[in-house]
Amino acid sequence: MSVELLNFIETVLNGLMSGVMYSLVALGFVLIFKASGVFNFAQGVFALFAALTLVGYQTGQVPFAHLINELFGTNYHNWYASMPNFLAILLTMITMIALAWIIERLVLKHLINQDPIILFMATIGLAFALEGVGDLMWGSDVKVLDVGIPSGGSIWLEEATIGLAAEGSDYYGMYVDVLNIWATVIAVILVVSLALFSQYTKTGRALRAVADDHQAALSVGISLRSIWILVWAISGFIAMVAGIMWGTESGVQFSLSLIALKALPVLILGGFTSIPGAIIGGLLIGVGEKLAEIYIGGYFETGALENWFAYVMALVFLLFRPQGLFGDKIIERV
Amino acid sequence: MIYKETGQYKSSYKSDHAIFPLLQDKIAFSTLMFIAFLIIPFVINSYWEKAILVPFLIFSLAAIGLNILTGYCGQVSLGTGGFMAVGAFSTYKIMTYFPDMNIMIIILISGLITAAVGIIFGLPSLRIKGFYLAVATLASQFFLVWLFNKVPWFYNYSDTGQITVSERTMFGIPVTGAEAPSYATYLFCLVLVVTLSFAAKNLIRSKMGRSWMAIRDMDIAAEIIGVPPLKTKLSAFAISSFYIGVAGALYFAVFLGAIEVTESFDIMTISFPVLFMIIIGGLGSMLGSFLGAAFVVTLPIGLKFLMVDMVGLSAVTAKHFEITIWGLLMIIFLIVEPHGLARLWSIAKEKLRRWPFPY
Repeated sequence: MSVELLNFIETVLNGLMSGVMYSLVALGFVLIFKASGVFNFAQGVFALFAALTLVGYQTGQVPFAHLINELFGTNYHNWYASMPNFLAILLTMITMIALAWIIERLVLKHLINQDPIILFMATIGLAFALEGVGDLMWGSDVKVLDVGIPSGGSIWLEEATIGLAAEGSDYYGMYVDVLNIWATVIAVILVVSLALFSQYTKTGRALRAVADDHQAALSVGISLRSIWILVWAISGFIAMVAGIMWGTESGVQFSLSLIALKALPVLILGGFTSIPGAIIGGLLIGVGEKLAEIYIGGYFETGALENWFAYVMALVFLLFRPQGLFGDKIIERV
Repeated sequence: MIYKETGQYKSSYKSDHAIFPLLQDKIAFSTLMFIAFLIIPFVINSYWEKAILVPFLIFSLAAIGLNILTGYCGQVSLGTGGFMAVGAFSTYKIMTYFPDMNIMIIILISGLITAAVGIIFGLPSLRIKGFYLAVATLASQFFLVWLFNKVPWFYNYSDTGQITVSERTMFGIPVTGAEAPSYATYLFCLVLVVTLSFAAKNLIRSKMGRSWMAIRDMDIAAEIIGVPPLKTKLSAFAISSFYIGVAGALYFAVFLGAIEVTESFDIMTISFPVLFMIIIGGLGSMLGSFLGAAFVVTLPIGLKFLMVDMVGLSAVTAKHFEITIWGLLMIIFLIVEPHGLARLWSIAKEKLRRWPFPY
C-alpha cells in the first residue's frame, strides 16, 4: 500500500474515533429531546459538572470550600486524600440522578406546555447556573482527571501497520490514541445496553411510548414525570461518560462545557429525534472534520477550520434533507 | 383612572393610526425624550456613560434587530455575535480606507454591509425551520468570527489581531476614541437609537411588518394568501442584520474603542445575552427590546455591587456567584412570566385603568 493511502486510512480512523466522542454528547441531547421535547443546551455543562464532581470526590475536596473559607475565614480544603475510582464514579452517578430529580422538580414541572424556545432559553439558564454552582463547589482551576483509562499512542497498532507500507518508504505506522479506542468501546457498550434496555424492559417500553406520544402515554397510565426524571438521569449518566472521556483527554476545565457546541452540528445532521442519527452523524462529522483539516486546511494558511467546518457540512446536508438524515419527517398542515 | 382611554375619540384614520394613540402615552414619551435629550447630557458622568447608558442603548439596538427577526418574523437566530462583528469590522475597514468620511455615514454603511451578509446567511431559512435553523445560524457565528480572527486583511495585519478605533468628530466634537466626552458619545448613540427605533416601529406597522408576522404565525398559510416567503424572510434577515450591524459598529467604535474578535463577539457574551434580552423583554415588542436590554445591562452591575462591596467576596468567587444567580434568574423569570417584561407592563396598564376602584 502506498503511504498516501495509509495516511488516508489513519485520518479516517482518527476521525471515526473523535466522531464517537461527539456522538456521546449528541446522544444525551437526543434522548432528552425525544422524551420531553426539550432542546437541552445544558448537556455540555452536565458533562463538565459530572467531571468536576468526579474529580472532587476522588481527591476529597470539601464542596464550596472557597466560599466557606472566604465567608468565615476558615481554611478547609480536603476531607480525605483519595477515594477508589469505582466508588467515586458511583457517587457521581448518584449525584447526577439527584440533579435530574432537582431539575424536574424545580424547572421542568413549571414549564410544561411552554413554547420550545422558552424551554430552550431555560436550559441556557440551567447551563449558566450549573456552571456557576460547579465552579463554586469545586473551584475553577484546571484539574487532572485520571480514572485509570490508558492514553497515549497505541504502539501495537503502530508496529502492526509499519509493515504495510511499500519497502523503503518513510512510514512510521499509524498513530491512534488508546484513549480513543477505549472511548469507542465504552460508547458501543453504552449504546447497545441502551438499545437493549429500551427494547426489552418495561421501563424501556414506557420510555419509547413517551417519546412517541405524550398524551397517549399518559392515557395508558405511564407517569410522564417519573419518565422525565429517568431520561434526564440517563443523559446525566451519558454526560458523565462523555465528561470522563473528554476530561481525561484535555483536563477538566470550563472549555469542557463547549463540547455542547461541537455536538450541535452532529444533531442537526443526524436529526434531533434519532439515536442512530446521533451516532452516524457524529461519525460523519468526525471523519469530515479530520479530512477537511488535512486536505482542505492546507490551502488556507490560517488553518483551524474545525470550529465551523462541521456546521457548514451539516448545513449542506440540511439543504437536501431539512429534518436531518434520520429525523422524523416534518409534516406541515395549515 | 391614571390610564384612561375613554373619552379619547378618534375622528380620522390618521389619528387612529398614530404611533401613540393615547394621550398618556404621548405625554410619557415626550417626557422621556425631554429627559434623555435635554437633561441627561448635562448631568452624565463617565461611569454612567461607560457602565450603563451607552451599553444600554447599543444593546437595545441589537435587541430590536433580533426582535425583528425572531419576535416578528419567527426565525430564531443565534448568530447575533457574528453579525455584530461584521458591523464592527466594516466600520474599521471603511475608517482606514476613507479617513475623511463622516462617522455617522460610516456606521450606516457598515449596517448595509451587515444586511448583505445577513441575506446570504438567511438563505438556508427558506429550507430549514425551527431549531434546525437556530443551530444553522450558529454556523454564521463561528464562520464569521473565525474569518475575522484568521484573515489578517480584516485587522490590517496588526500583530495583536486587535482593531482600534481612531478619533472621529461630529460637528467638531470627538465622538470616538479616548478623548470623546461622555455627553458626545451618549448623544451620538441616542440619536441613532431613537431614529432607528422609530423606523423599526413604523416598518412593523407597514405591509412588510404585517407579512413578517404572517410568516411567523404560520408560514404555509401565509404563502397561500399571497405573502412571498422568499422576499419576506430575506427582508427580515436583511433589516434585522442592519440593526445588529449598526449596534456592532457602535459597540466597537463608540463603546469599547479596541476589540479582539474572539473575546468581544463570543456566543456567550453577545448571542445568548441578546436572545435573552428579547425573551425577557417580550418577543415581538419594541418596548420589550428596551426593557430587556436595560435588565440585562444593569443586573450584573447590581449583582457585583451586592457581592463584592456588601458581602465582601473575592472577585473570582463573586463572578461564579454572578453566573449562578444569572442562570437562576433566567429560569425563574421564564417560569413566572414567559411573555416577558412587556407583558408585565400591559398587565400594569390594565390595573392602572381601574385604579383606585378595581371593581
